[in-house]
Parts: sequence; C-alpha cells; structure tokens
Amino acid sequence: MTVREDGRVAVELRHIHKSFGGVRVLTDVSFRLSAGEVLGLLGDNGAGKSTLIKIITGVHQPDSGQILFGGQEVHALTVDQARALGVETVFQERALAEQLSLWRNIFMGRPISRAFGILDVRRMRRITVELMGESMGFTSAALTPDTHVTGLSGGERQGLAIVRALHFEADIIILDEPTMGLSLKETDKLLHFVKGIRTAGKSAIFIDHNIFHVYSVADRIVVLDRGRVAGDFPTSRYTLEEVTEIMREVAATGKFIEPERHRATDAASRPDQAAGAP
Amino acid sequence: MTSTAENVQSPSPLARRWTVRSFATTWASQIGITVAFVVLWLAFILLAPDTFLDNRIYVSFAQTTPYFALPALLLTMVIVSGDIDLSFPSIMGLGMVGFIAVERTTGNVGLAVLAALAVGALAGLLNGVFVTFIGIPALVVTIGTLFLYRGLTLALVNGRSFALVEARDSEMSRVLIGRLFGIPMQFVWLVLVAIGTWVLLYRHRLGQNAHVIGDNRPAAKLMGIPIRRTRIILFVLVGVVSALAGVMNSLQVSNFYPGVGAGYLLPALAAVFVGGTSVFGGRGTIWGTFIGAFMIGAIQAGIVAMGIEAFWTEVIYGGIILAAVSIHAVLQRRFER
Repeated sequence: MTVREDGRVAVELRHIHKSFGGVRVLTDVSFRLSAGEVLGLLGDNGAGKSTLIKIITGVHQPDSGQILFGGQEVHALTVDQARALGVETVFQERALAEQLSLWRNIFMGRPISRAFGILDVRRMRRITVELMGESMGFTSAALTPDTHVTGLSGGERQGLAIVRALHFEADIIILDEPTMGLSLKETDKLLHFVKGIRTAGKSAIFIDHNIFHVYSVADRIVVLDRGRVAGDFPTSRYTLEEVTEIMREVAATGKFIEPERHRATDAASRPDQAAGAP
Repeated sequence: MTSTAENVQSPSPLARRWTVRSFATTWASQIGITVAFVVLWLAFILLAPDTFLDNRIYVSFAQTTPYFALPALLLTMVIVSGDIDLSFPSIMGLGMVGFIAVERTTGNVGLAVLAALAVGALAGLLNGVFVTFIGIPALVVTIGTLFLYRGLTLALVNGRSFALVEARDSEMSRVLIGRLFGIPMQFVWLVLVAIGTWVLLYRHRLGQNAHVIGDNRPAAKLMGIPIRRTRIILFVLVGVVSALAGVMNSLQVSNFYPGVGAGYLLPALAAVFVGGTSVFGGRGTIWGTFIGAFMIGAIQAGIVAMGIEAFWTEVIYGGIILAAVSIHAVLQRRFER
C-alpha cells in the first residue's frame, strides 16, 4: 500500500490515558493516521471512540500521553488549535443548527465579515450556492441558501456537514457515524465521498458500527475495546468475513485473535505491526 | 425561454426565485404578527373610533411603549441565544441611581445619562458572569438579580424619590424625550435601537453566533464559537438599553422613584413571544417584537376606550397573547418544511 510508504504522519497519539471522575475511558491508546489514509475506527458503544475523537479535536484534554500533528507535539490542544491544524469533524446531525439557513450553517463559527463584524451575507450566500451545486449535488429546486436545515433529508444534512469540512480545507476529516439514519442510496453517496477524501490526499477517521461500511472504504482499521486498542491492521490483510470474526472475538473476549488463515503463516507477527501489504 | 431550457442552463436551480411559498416560509411569523396587528388596530378603530382616530393616542403610544419595547428588543437577542433576562425592570431603576448620583454632584445631565448606562452595563455584566462562569441557568440568576438590583436601588436612595425638574429642562432631555417633527423622541430612539438590534442579530457575527448558541449549543462548542463571551455581551446590551429606558421613563415624569420599571417585566416578555420569537432559542424576530410591543401597548388603552370594564383587561390581554402564540406555533408547523 502507498499509505505507509508515503510516511507523512497526519496525527499520532502516544499512550493516551483519560478518565472521567475515576472511570477509565481510555487506557494507553496509541495510533497513527498517515496522510492520505482513511482509518476505520471500530468498537462497541462505550469503547471510547467518541472520547478519543474529542481528544483529537481538542474538546477534551488527555490525562497523560502525547498528541502529535505532523510529527510536532501539541500541548493542551484546544478546539481552535485543532481546527487551525486542519482537523474537521463531521458529526451526525449534532453539528448543524436546524433552525438556521444553509449558508449560516456552512459558515457557522467562521462567518465572512467586513468591518466591525458586519456579515458579508451576499458572499456567503454565493459560496453556498456554488458548494451546493458542485460538491453536494443538491438538485432539488426547493433548496436555496436560505432553506432551513429542518427541510433537509438525513443524507442532505450529512452532505452539508461534509461540504462544510471540505470548504474549510480540512486535512483530517473525522466522520462520526456518518451513515446513521441514511438510506442505502445516500450511504453509497457518502462512501463514495469518503473515498474522494483519500483521492484528494487528505486523511479521514471513519467511525461506524457497521463493519461493512468501514471495510469498503478504510485503508486500515483500529479496533477499540473497553478503552484499549484491541487491534490495528490494514484492511487488505483480511477478508470481510475475517474482520467480522475478529470483531466478534474482540467483543466477546476483548482479545485480538488472528484468523486461522494467518495463524500458520505469520504467527510471530503482531497484528499491530503487520503494516505492510501481503 | 421555456422552463426546461432554463433548468438546463442555470448551473443550479438554487438561484433565489421568489414564490409565494418561499416568501411565506421565510416570513411566516412576521406576516402573522403583522396581520394580527392590523386586525387588532382595525377592531379598535371600529369599536372606539373617537379614541383611535385621534392623533393623541398615537403620541401617547409612541411615548410609553418604548419603555418596555427597548428592553424587549435586546431581550429578543438574549432569548435567541437560549438565555433569558428577567432582571431588566430592576436595572431600569438601578441605572437611575447612577444618574441621580452624578446629576446631583456634577449637575451635568449628559454625564448622568452615561453613568446610568454604565451602571446598566455593569448589572448586565454581573448577570452574564453568574450565568456563564458559575453556570446557573439565566432564568434563576436573573430572578435573583431582579430582587437584588431592586433592593439595591431602594437601599441606596433610602426609598426616596427625586425630582428631575432641572434635568428635564436640559438639552439632553430634549434629545431623549423631546420631539422630532412632532414625533416623540422615545419612538425615534426605539426605531434606531430596533434597526441596530436587527443588524446585530441578522447581519453581525454576534447575532450569527447567538443563533447557533441558541439552536445547538454543543455544535457551537464544537465549531469553536466564543459561547461565553457572546452570552455576556448580550446580557450587557440588555443592561445598557434597560438603563436608557429607565432614564427616559424618569425624565418623562420629571421624577425618579425607586420603583421605576417594575411593571414592565410581563409586557416586555409578552411583546417578545407575541412577536414570534421562539421560547426555545435559535429563532427570533426583531420586527415581531417591535410590532408585539405596540400590540401589547394598545390593548390596555383599547380596552378602556372601548368602554369595557377595566376588570376584563387582563382576561383580554391573556387571550390575545395565547391566540398570538398559538398562531405562531401553527404557522411554524405549517411552513417549516
């Protein structure tokens, strides 16, 4: 795979620990996201996926451990810093203001303004129209930049959030359960888009419950279980059936069990070091 | 050009095209409140023509409605951001304590007005700090400061009233409560503040952020919006404008009494919600509050002028408020999608 050979690490976590009021949420979590890589983050509810994401986006600070962006350690990462470093999150529904218009949502938190903070509404509307036509593929005549988010379907909302992330030239796009509530057709569109992130040379962390969705787009899969990294392997190493089996074992035992096909051939190799393609 | 050709040619069908439906969708609550206002006004003219065809009643409305309409305008912004401020009637009084202190020591009415506004800003700041730093819901904090600021006002002046006969003769007084081409200055100021608030709410970063905070606070946090700063600024603005209303009200009656503003809490809240601003935040209308304030102001006078027993005033008051808010709820559902 070209991914690892590229060598540029977009973000790296080293030995991250995080507790909330005595409850350990993350224990010694380490992983890397390379530039141009789509990483699937799998794990049950409560595995620590969202806490991990909130640490990368600066919402939470880890109790201990290091966060490195492009090889540089960043201390006390804040939301603003994370954004400045190119981290954009596409949260399912949560990051949209429903009662507000499309253009206000696109420019949420980053409005274009002139002197004295007066908004340049005309320009924001125009850019929104362009984005809607080019990137979102919104064709419904009922949609204008002034349409409120309440008038959008689930897929359209997702598209809006993704286009927003792309417009602001994110380097690392985090997709938090993006397929939740989407129809099959809309899911296909979304997965197609995620592949486009890689083509554009940007990185993505794709969080989902659905192994099928993750498997079809991710270069590498990191499995979280009860706050620990239970597995970290290139997708190409295993078949979909094997990944499903791995996930079932992790959920049941918390352990990574190498599928049979590989046991004989490279029993010595630890899965998280098995980076190269077969 | 046929409609098909148009569809093919335009890069996207997203260019703003005027339709009755899109117009109604965007302006549903504004249209609703405006129609209600006109209907109410016509009803008053029909039922009490002597009063409502006379110029004097409108001069009276233009003088008295701004006292609660001014705070209501800024209150609209606070409510859009998901907070509320119930303490503004007491800030109207507390600001006047600053006014009296400066006016009695320097004799300068302009300075006295500035002092009142500064006190109002401080009172608003205190509200904002309690709400955002200590994390108490605004409803609770401002119930507390409603009592606190009124109590301070009473204690600081020992419950006394102060004549403002000299202040009333000043140039500053003419600017605040005089006439401009026969229009009471209170109304002129109300229009200016309404325009300013409209710009802030719809055409300024502050209003953009207030909308997002009121609609979806977790999203606002994720998107790095300065939530705390925005909320505090809004409380400060309510404080400043309330103090201004308190000054106008006191100058108009040439007297400061420590209870000034006390009756304005419910009319101002009613104006905001009758106007169509959402109780839940994220959506509000300055035009609605403006019109709503005059509806509220007219009801009292209208009922008396129509010869209905004054005991019925509050019944009709309540009925109209409920009707208006229900109409908004229905329009909202009808046109949202």
